[in-house]
Amino acid sequence: MGLTTQPERRQVTVSPGQGEGWITTRLDFLVNWGRANSLWPMPFGTACCAIEFMATAASKYDLARFGMERMSFSPRQADVLICAGRVPFKLAPVLRRIWQQMLQPKWAISMGACASSGGMFDNYAVVQGIDTIIPVDVYVPGCPPRPEGLIYGIMMLQEKVKRERLSDERLRDEMEPDPQSHLYIPPSAIDELSEPFGNSVHQTRSGL
Amino acid sequence: MNPSADRLRERFPQAFVRAEVVWGETTVFVQPGAVLDVVRYLHDDEAERYDYLSDVTAVEYRDLELPLQVVWHLRSLPHRRFLRLKAELPKGAPLVVPSVFPIYAGADWLERECYDMFGIRFDGHPDLRRILMWEQYQEGYPLRKDFPLRGRFSRSEQLRQALAAQPESRYSMHELTIADAFEDLPQDMRQRLARGERTGE
Repeated sequence: MGLTTQPERRQVTVSPGQGEGWITTRLDFLVNWGRANSLWPMPFGTACCAIEFMATAASKYDLARFGMERMSFSPRQADVLICAGRVPFKLAPVLRRIWQQMLQPKWAISMGACASSGGMFDNYAVVQGIDTIIPVDVYVPGCPPRPEGLIYGIMMLQEKVKRERLSDERLRDEMEPDPQSHLYIPPSAIDELSEPFGNSVHQTRSGL
Repeated sequence: MNPSADRLRERFPQAFVRAEVVWGETTVFVQPGAVLDVVRYLHDDEAERYDYLSDVTAVEYRDLELPLQVVWHLRSLPHRRFLRLKAELPKGAPLVVPSVFPIYAGADWLERECYDMFGIRFDGHPDLRRILMWEQYQEGYPLRKDFPLRGRFSRSEQLRQALAAQPESRYSMHELTIADAFEDLPQDMRQRLARGERTGE
């Protein structure tokens, strides 16, 4: 993992027989290494993606290999929110509340087509992508994604965590929603992004 | 034809509209105002004994002239019969039917859902609020034919209204407490609970 590699071009005298081994590394490398390999997920499962998520956590795919075996059903002890499934508008304030209850540092994975974009539920009741409610780090496509897909997304998140620098203070800023619109991003952006595409244009109005 | 249909025709000549059989299932159309009397007869009469209300829903057709239909699915467990009861509500007039909550307590949430999705008011329901959509929902009744699939408001406005809601405020204290259910328990169970014994094992 690079943790025990010794710095190059530097003369170091080590006497192994004396039991005085020592390690040198960057602090944020060490912190990120620890964080990335002990991400505690907050499972926010609302639909069939949660079934695949359970399969991912179960013995065959064994999410514990990546340090995530500890499901944190309290958001206050969680590191990564995994939103698995569609989110209706009625659930939107709940998801926002859970995200705000999580402590920094925190990350979010949007698992599946519905959580990422609303999926096929382009209707009056379903949020068109949870990135309109909370900031999302990794999107996992699929309907639902296979466990391999989710694990790949989680490993992408681990890569992202490992690249963070402690000196970058923006990473730890808690976002405050706009008091008028309760949103993190401009309402016009949401309207533009959630315009219907393809055949769903014809479904917007029933003509009656 | 379910024998209950003929008995309803004899007993309620004013309220009885028509009966039809589709795929072996009998549907009886009655006048909306008489629903409570008809259902009470179906529930209480020894020959009927419709003791299980399995669903309350509504149907709206694309044809604007056709009336809305409110549907009750009644099942008689003692006589092993199924009866579909319908009442037609013309468009234009207020959509009101009597609530069958006094007869079936299980009609509570079924009628709330029907009100939430179709806007049909159930006269006599003790707590007629929205149940699927949140109570401040302002876009109308989603299963009506004049309701656009994606809702009436823009996506950002829908999100703004949804996020402005307090999740805790959706539940009344009545829903959050189970103490009121104590009165409905059988007498012996109440006495055992009063003595501090555990029940249900």
